Amino acid sequence: MPGSEQPVIRASSTDDFIKGLWRENPVFVQVLGMCPVLAVTNSGINALAMGLATTFVLVLSNALVSMLRHFIPRQVRIATFILIIATFVTVVDYLIQAISLDLHRALGAFISLIVVNCLILGRAEAFASKHSVGRSILDGLGMGLGFTLALLCLGGVREILGSGSLFGVALFPAGFQPWIVMILPSGGFFTLGLWLLLFNHLKRRRLAQGLVREVAS
Amino acid sequence: MPADRSQSPPASWPLYRALVGVGVVCGLLIVSVFVLTGPVIARNEAAALQQAVFRVLPGAVAKASLALGEDGHFRPAAADDAAHQMVHAGYDANGELVGVAIEAQGMGYQDVIRLLYGYAPQAQAIVGMQVLASKETPGLGDKIEKDPAFNANFRALAVPLSADGLAPRQPIEAVKSGTKTRPSQIDGITGATISSKAVAAILRQSSTRWVPVVYRLQAELAQQGGPDAGQ
Repeated sequence: MPGSEQPVIRASSTDDFIKGLWRENPVFVQVLGMCPVLAVTNSGINALAMGLATTFVLVLSNALVSMLRHFIPRQVRIATFILIIATFVTVVDYLIQAISLDLHRALGAFISLIVVNCLILGRAEAFASKHSVGRSILDGLGMGLGFTLALLCLGGVREILGSGSLFGVALFPAGFQPWIVMILPSGGFFTLGLWLLLFNHLKRRRLAQGLVREVAS
Repeated sequence: MPADRSQSPPASWPLYRALVGVGVVCGLLIVSVFVLTGPVIARNEAAALQQAVFRVLPGAVAKASLALGEDGHFRPAAADDAAHQMVHAGYDANGELVGVAIEAQGMGYQDVIRLLYGYAPQAQAIVGMQVLASKETPGLGDKIEKDPAFNANFRALAVPLSADGLAPRQPIEAVKSGTKTRPSQIDGITGATISSKAVAAILRQSSTRWVPVVYRLQAELAQQGGPDAGQ
């Protein structure tokens, strides 16, 4: 590879990783995978475990899809991607059972439902099937960590207000009356709505600042 | 991706090759992980069960899993025995029978509630209960697991038998919080009425079946097999 191309590739690889964290965040920007986002974020630890499990599946499925991209005919690509994703979900299901049965019980059916998380199939189709293994892994890692971050944002707020604790550690004195609605499904919608509001506000402000800078220059 | 995909219908071979090839790789991966994690998961499940048995039978330090055979007698449980045919006898440090832990399940508010309760034949009472699995509403129905006042119901919940020893004399029932008058009643939870009544119904149904059997065979249970703390 010519030496002059390296900086371009490095910048692009960094971008593959970074974009999922903020600019193309799967939850706050792409609004993907809403089922686990709303269902399992009633506590910080559930959100973290679900985020990491999804990241694991996303990175490995992106890697395998990218590795096999020249071998998979277009006509059967979706079936093959789902087979690959389902395999890694089964793997992660067994691993979580081996690590902690309590955690497996808390996440319930949502581990199996990672198979139908549109974020994973979306990245396999939109990115991994068209790019190299290295870039696909970085994309999966960035998107997975962005997804985890978003789940933590929701899980943290909901656990603090709904249970008065964060990661199981009590934050308020005994007199605190938890807002039970926050750990019910409706609390998930409220919290997601507020986070989306914040993200859109920040995005608009940034755009406006960019325009001002452009006009000034 | 093949370059000529838009020109003619695809040949079958590449499709079969891709699907079967990926299927074989995925199958091998799943089997490998299953073989590697299987023993660890089995150990975790055994440890969780043992911990739950010791929790619902205060004083027990060893347990023996037993199955009720077709001859109406208990025998050491085998790996293929169904859960609804099994009980877990708990023994104290002197090897004396403390009681029997029994798994039971029934419909709750959201989904099936699975629980384990300890029955002490000498006291003719349920002496502990632990919810093993439930999807009751967080903050409301899940108080059946977390509410200390509700759990206090199961420290000595009387299940006295009729004179012929064939059925409980006073079936277990849930009553409104604070209105318990008999030792076989459960003080319900305000805001989780359906879940607390479901727990009472599960215990009533299971105890009607098991309590007469365990009471009749308690001498056999005390001797049967001997404790297998590691099982």
